[in-house]
Parts: sequence; structure tokens; C-alpha cells
Amino acid sequence: MKQKLFNDTTLFLTFAAAILLMPIWLAPLGASYPDLLQKFAIYGIFAIGYNILFGLTGYLSFGHAAFLGVGSYAAVWSFKLFTMNAIPAVLFGVFFAGVLALIIGYLSLRRSGIYFSILTLAFAQMSYNLAYSVLTPITNGETGLQLTLQDPRMIDAMFIEVGEGLPITNLFGIKMSGYSGFYFCAVLLIICFYISLRIFRSPFGLMLRGIKSNQNRMNYTGLNTRPYMLAAFVISGMFAGLAGSLLAVTDPLAGAERMQWTASGEVVLMTILGGVGTLIGPILGAGLIKYFENIFSSFNNNILHDFFSFLPDTLENIVVQVTGLFVGGGWHLTLGLLFVIVVVYLPGGIVEGFQRLARLLSRKKQPDKTSSSLKNQSAE
Amino acid sequence: MDSILIQLLNGLDKGAAYALIALGLTLVFGTLGIVNFAHGAIFMLGAFCAVTFRKLLTLSEKVQDPTVTLFAAYKEVPYLKIWFGDTGLMIIDYAVPLSILFSIPIMILVGYVMERGLIRHFYKRPHADQILVTFGLAIVIQELIKAAFGANPIPQPPPDIVSGSANVGLWLGLGEALVYPWWRLMYLVFSAVMIFGVFSFLKYTTYGMVVRAGMWDRETVGLLGINIERRFTIVFALAAVVAGVAGVMYTPILPPDYHMGMDFLVLSFVVVVVGGMGSLGGAVAAGFLLGIVQSFASMNEIKDIFPGIDQIIIYLVAVVILLTRPRGLMGRAGVMED
Repeated sequence: MKQKLFNDTTLFLTFAAAILLMPIWLAPLGASYPDLLQKFAIYGIFAIGYNILFGLTGYLSFGHAAFLGVGSYAAVWSFKLFTMNAIPAVLFGVFFAGVLALIIGYLSLRRSGIYFSILTLAFAQMSYNLAYSVLTPITNGETGLQLTLQDPRMIDAMFIEVGEGLPITNLFGIKMSGYSGFYFCAVLLIICFYISLRIFRSPFGLMLRGIKSNQNRMNYTGLNTRPYMLAAFVISGMFAGLAGSLLAVTDPLAGAERMQWTASGEVVLMTILGGVGTLIGPILGAGLIKYFENIFSSFNNNILHDFFSFLPDTLENIVVQVTGLFVGGGWHLTLGLLFVIVVVYLPGGIVEGFQRLARLLSRKKQPDKTSSSLKNQSAE
Repeated sequence: MDSILIQLLNGLDKGAAYALIALGLTLVFGTLGIVNFAHGAIFMLGAFCAVTFRKLLTLSEKVQDPTVTLFAAYKEVPYLKIWFGDTGLMIIDYAVPLSILFSIPIMILVGYVMERGLIRHFYKRPHADQILVTFGLAIVIQELIKAAFGANPIPQPPPDIVSGSANVGLWLGLGEALVYPWWRLMYLVFSAVMIFGVFSFLKYTTYGMVVRAGMWDRETVGLLGINIERRFTIVFALAAVVAGVAGVMYTPILPPDYHMGMDFLVLSFVVVVVGGMGSLGGAVAAGFLLGIVQSFASMNEIKDIFPGIDQIIIYLVAVVILLTRPRGLMGRAGVMED
């Protein structure tokens, strides 16, 4: 048994502090600009939600992007029709994603294994294709849904004078872009983390884990697992909807490409990379992938030449050629390789990596027990 | 009537592509128990074998153009023309069919390396892990191809002799209006031959019999002293060849680009699951079924009644079939349900 140095409260508080202080401790990594921080928080929420389904019940859904997309559309419609305030937008996003998740979940959960994966994939692809074609009046097709000057904005029109230009999303007057936007997302991320913590520790969470390890046995005890599964599916769909609406809050436009199956694949990658079924893992994975996406893809050959300029010329060119494959436009290659390596050698993701490292350290430094168990705990 | 027949041909054509990829997928699943998300990437590799082969054939030398006398003009002349004259040009013209021969050894190698190098370690891991690792592998292959060939589609013309359209209407006595591209007809015939070949290999050869026995009960076959793993490796290579050759033949229809594999993969998975995991007949039947249903749904008459139906029909059919027939059309009980 691991020594419990941290209880859940401390874990939660540490997490909250780490998230809120991200602009400071990410600065040396070149990742403390608001756009990226917002993405960290938003995709963190997406991954936490996905983990409630996949991590706890083991059901591999390939359709979560649909909920992300619906959340975005609902939020933008709320901006267009009612008010630029972020709160109703988020509520609408969560609500509509929840309803869609209820429908898709009710149908898909009748099957398990790969049949479930394909059913969710089929539903998500249907939503994607419909958003592109028939639903154009609602989704604005390929252009994507945007704010316009002609939008009614009924609630805003009652209270606020119409200004020049497009209004900006706000939270009772605070602009939802830049750092304030990040803090809004961060607070929601912390709330989501708390919810997920409570779910992990609750009898409900235990039930879901029971389904993962042996659903038949759960059924034999006379328990109907379907409602629990459906609850988990809807909760995770609502998290995705929240993430989608936050994407719209920080940048008020919604496009169908958010619903494509590659977006569903991305959240699977995040969860796996971080560590399936762990509390912190999905957030780490989301952060890492978004970090790579932004930092690696901005590298180009000139930066590489600067970086390797200490090498002799011919060698420099070769090194730049080779590394150039992995950064810039080719960062997906890095992602793919990283992913294969993680699945082959570290099935538990980064979190398992930390745990192994911690175990290694604690073996070497027996007396210094506090620091290693601290690592163990924070990695859980 | 004409438009119905055209849609039927279109559907068969599309269905043939789905069926060929799905056949390999389900073969690998039935034998090795692996859910291979990299199968679409193999299809794409096959298509790029054709691209590479054409590039090799058209390696050119700069020759001074004697017709231009004002200044020194150069033109590129393929070595094949310099060496063999018109025969060389004919070889270049037939690049696509010839690259089938070129692609077979390459696909065998790709399949062998993939199975021995990576997938072998995943037999005992959960299906989710297999999906993930092959998904990662597919990304890697896709990005390597993108780095090597660029992101734009590279058109591959079919040989001149079959570049036009066949007058299908005349053959059937339906008038001149009904024409269909020759190459698509060739593709259809070719697919039928491939599918027939795979089935007869499994059904009528001793080797195939052992493989089928292994699909049913791997352990017992192993106890009989047969090295079933080795045979399954070869089955994996065979599946790679089927997908790769299908990719080669598909290049004149769809200019290959690096993400064509992913585009086909999702649909092929739907096809495999609709047909029933691990069922070869099911995969072929579902492939043709979905292909035909899709092309009929894209007819204007039907789109007028149900707008947008052509976009979702495949998935709709898949959902309905999976909800009414839990194991797909011809699936066996207990497969992939854990």
C-alpha cells in the first residue's frame, strides 16, 4: 500500500493552485500566452470528461467530438440570439450536449466492445455530415457559424446600448479574451476536476469500475448496469459540451470540423497519453498534446538552423533536415511516434511513467521518503 | 432506367473498394485477433507504390531539343524511351497495371515487418490498446508519405487504351446514352477476381484450410503440431497485399494523397462491423451493400425526398443493422463483445 501523505483535499488544492498559477510556471517553457493557456484548460475539461467514460467503464467512444461541436454551436447561438454573456452560453452548450449524449448513449450502449465504438463513430459522423449539408441554416455549413451585426441579441438589446462593431463575449462586463478568458476556463476546469474527483471516489464511480472489470458479473448480481453506463456517458458528453461552449466563449465561432472523427481521435490520444483512469493523467495528456501542437508546429527550418548553428555546416544541414521532419508541419509524425512508444512501453501513460520514476527514485534514496511519496501521490 | 443502372455500377465500384479493404481487415481480425487501424494506411501505401513506380519509369535525361534552333532548348526524355523507343513509351503508358507487380513484393515486406515488428506484441493486449497502437502507426505512415510526396493529390492516368468510356448501353441493348468509364469496369472485374482469389485460397488449398481451422480454434491447431503463428503472419502479409493492390488499382479513379487511407478506413470499419467481425463473407456482402445503398442515396430523385440522405446513409444503415442484428450481418456469437 502506498502511504497516503496527501488526502483528496490537498490533492485538489494543489491542483487548483497549479492551474491558477499556470501563467507563471509555464512562462519559462514559452507557453504562457493566453490563447494556449485557454486551450490547455478547455481540452483539459474535454479529456477529464472523456476519462469518466473511457477510464472508468472502459467503453471506447469514437464520437465525443459531436458533443464538442454541439456545445460550440449552442454557445454561438446563445451569443447570437440572447446575450454576449458567457454564462448562458455555457449552460446552453452543456444542456444541448447532454441531450444529444442521452440520445446517442441510449442507442449506442445497447452494444459493447467494438460495436459500441463503431456506433458512436457512426452517430458522430452523421452529425458532422449533417452539419455540413442539410443543417446549413443552423450551422452555416462550411463557413462556420459566426456573429454578425444583424443578430438580435434580445437580452443585450434591452440593457446595453448597441456599440460600434461586433460585441465581445463577456462575463458581466469582463472581457472573455486574454487572461480573463483563461481564468474563466481555469475556474471551470477546477470545478470539473472536483466533480471528477468526487465521481472517482463515489459508490457510483466504484460501480463504473466494476462494469469495466467484469460487466457480466455485475449483471449476475442482479444489477442493471445500463442506467449507470448511460449516466456516465451523459456526464462525459456534458463535459465535452462544456469544453465546446468554452471554445466558442474564447473565440465566438463554430465550425463543423470540430465534430470530425479526427477530433474524437485526438481526445482519445490525450487520455491515453496522460494515463487512462487516473485523475490527473488526461489533463497532462491534453496539455502536452496542445503544447506540442502549438510549440512544435511553429518551429521552422530557420529556427532549427539557429538552434544547431554550433555544429559544422554540413552536419548542421543534415541535422536540420532530419529534425525538420518532426517539427513544423510534420509535428504529427512526432505525435504518432510518441503515441506508439507510449502504448507499447507505457500503457499507463505519463502517469505510469512518473510512478515508475518515483519507484526508481525511492529505491535509490531510501531515507528521503517524503519526496518520493509526494511524487507518487501527485501522479495518481 | 439508365440512371438506375449507372448508380448500380457506381455502387458496385465503391462497394468493391470497401469490400477489398474490409476483406483484409476482417481476415486479420479473424486470424490474429487484431483490430488493425493501420489497414487504411496500407491501402494508401499501395497507391503510393503506383506513384513511385511511375516516377521510376519516367526517370528522365535532359536532351537538347533539335527542333528549336534559336537557343539551346532542353527537354526531358525518359530513359526508357531512349533505350527502347516506342516500347519504352508503352511501358510507361501501362504504369498502373505494371505497378501491381511492383507493389506485391513491397506489400508483402510491409505486412511482414509490421506484423513481426509491432503487432506481434499486441496479441494479448486489450483491443483498445491494439486500436490505439495501430492508429498511432497509421499517423506515422501517413506523415512519412506526406513528407516524401507532399500533401497534394498526384493524378495517375490509366493506360490510353482504357482511358475512355465503355458503351455499356449498347451491350445491354439500352441505347447509346449509357456509358461508363472503362477503368472503373476494369476495377470491378479486378476486385471480383481478387475476392474470388482470396476465397478460393482459403477454401481450396490445404494452407487455407489450416488457416481457417486456426480461425476457429487456434490452440487445437497448435497442439496438432502446426506453427499457426507463422501462417498467420503470412495471412497478415496477404491482407496487406490485397489492400495494397486495391490501392494501386484505385489510383486512376482517385488521385492518391496522404490521407486517402484514413478516409477509407472509417468506412471500411463500418463495413466490417456491419458484416460481422471476423466474417469474410459478411465483409464482402456489407461492402457491396453499403456501396450500392450510398450511390442510390445520392440520386437526385431520392435527395429531393430526404435532403442530405446521401451524407449519412451509410452510417444510418450501420446503426440500424447493429441495433437490430447485434453481431452484424454474418457475425459469430462472442466475437469482440468483451
